[in-house]
Amino acid sequence: MQQIINFIIRYKNFLLYIFLLIISLGFTVQSHSYHQSSFFNSSNWIAGNIYQTSFSVTSYFDLNKENKQLIEENNRLRDQLFNRENENPTELDSIQMNYTIASGKVIKNSYANLRNYITINKGEKNSIKIDMGVITAKGILGIVENTSNNFANVQSILNQNSNINAKIKNTNHFGSLVWNAKSYNIVQLIDIPRLVPLTIGDTIVTGAMSSIFPEDIPIGTIKKFDLDTSKSFYTIDVALFNDMTNIKNVYIVNNINREEIQQLEAETNDQ
Amino acid sequence: MISNYFFINIIRFILLVLVQVLVFNKLNFFGFINPMVYILFLYWYPIKQNRATFIGLSFLLGLSIDFFSDTMAINAASTITIAYLRPTIMRFIFGVNYEFQSFKLGNATRVQQITFLALLIIVHHMVFFTLEIFSFANFLLILKKILSIGLATLVLCLLFSSLFSVKKE
Repeated sequence: MQQIINFIIRYKNFLLYIFLLIISLGFTVQSHSYHQSSFFNSSNWIAGNIYQTSFSVTSYFDLNKENKQLIEENNRLRDQLFNRENENPTELDSIQMNYTIASGKVIKNSYANLRNYITINKGEKNSIKIDMGVITAKGILGIVENTSNNFANVQSILNQNSNINAKIKNTNHFGSLVWNAKSYNIVQLIDIPRLVPLTIGDTIVTGAMSSIFPEDIPIGTIKKFDLDTSKSFYTIDVALFNDMTNIKNVYIVNNINREEIQQLEAETNDQ
Repeated sequence: MISNYFFINIIRFILLVLVQVLVFNKLNFFGFINPMVYILFLYWYPIKQNRATFIGLSFLLGLSIDFFSDTMAINAASTITIAYLRPTIMRFIFGVNYEFQSFKLGNATRVQQITFLALLIIVHHMVFFTLEIFSFANFLLILKKILSIGLATLVLCLLFSSLFSVKKE
């Protein structure tokens, strides 16, 4: 007994070190798997409020540019509205809507790590929930991964855990959108079969297989494509429409039917 | 005297976390270089203090950085590693001198100070990027990040330490 106590006293620093190391490795390994620990992210109260304060100071510096971007977006939407071929617009009835949109602002952005997360200034109070899609005027941005009362943590598409259903525009060939962490303006589309005709410059959009994003949200254009090692699928480099380094205004997409879809899928899987 | 040290370190702790999170994590020099200046806390921390407290404080420091930057607990793991290894590194660089009561970091030569800081940074970055990337298939990526970000951290830490140098008695 005496010896055990002596041992502990003698190596107490080492034991403390090992103990803390195991704790931190535990947190790390746990979040390498699917979901991040809900505690260790910047949507918590302290971090969120500090980022919010810093954002409210710095956001004045590029108001001009932001305004210009929003006006451009409005122009584009008005163009679409006035040139609609279908002259019989169905009434915008809330029962017929499939998606609702909320707006938010990015208060923390990162793109230099391997697993990048973005924090936005909307949270549970604004009925933001886990697994909602986040897009910008130009294209997709990521998926909500954690929420707190006032903030939400978004897993960016520049994240090694990210895996989003995407397809080539105007076709039904779909694959998965992943990121190889090499460059912050290029992501990879994998699992597109070899027989699909591809051209550099083709547009990639979100697919219909996901219950998170609506179909046909723009992602980027094909920059380069190669066959993977099995020689039967393409690995496509996609240049993003979004400038991931400079994002301010985002839209959070809520699929109203998502719960129903998931429930149905779960029931089918159970059988 | 003790309370003086105590307050200086608390203020240093908070300021370094804020500077790291609000300024240096957004730097993205060349697209990926974000220097980690908060290592200076471990460089400046008084030598004669209780080691267990020091490791505990470093854990808190790393954890608060993790809190803000969504890096799980990688910063905490790498910070406690250098906190634990600091006496070994110091003995390696300053020899047995450093165990004497009169030893002060300010009295050591410039070369010794820089080597000490550089070793802290290298060990920290090695642990950090190995944990972040988590696969040896990306060995070159790890190496590239350690070297480039380590260099940036070293330069900035040297600038900071000469800017806020502890006044010489």
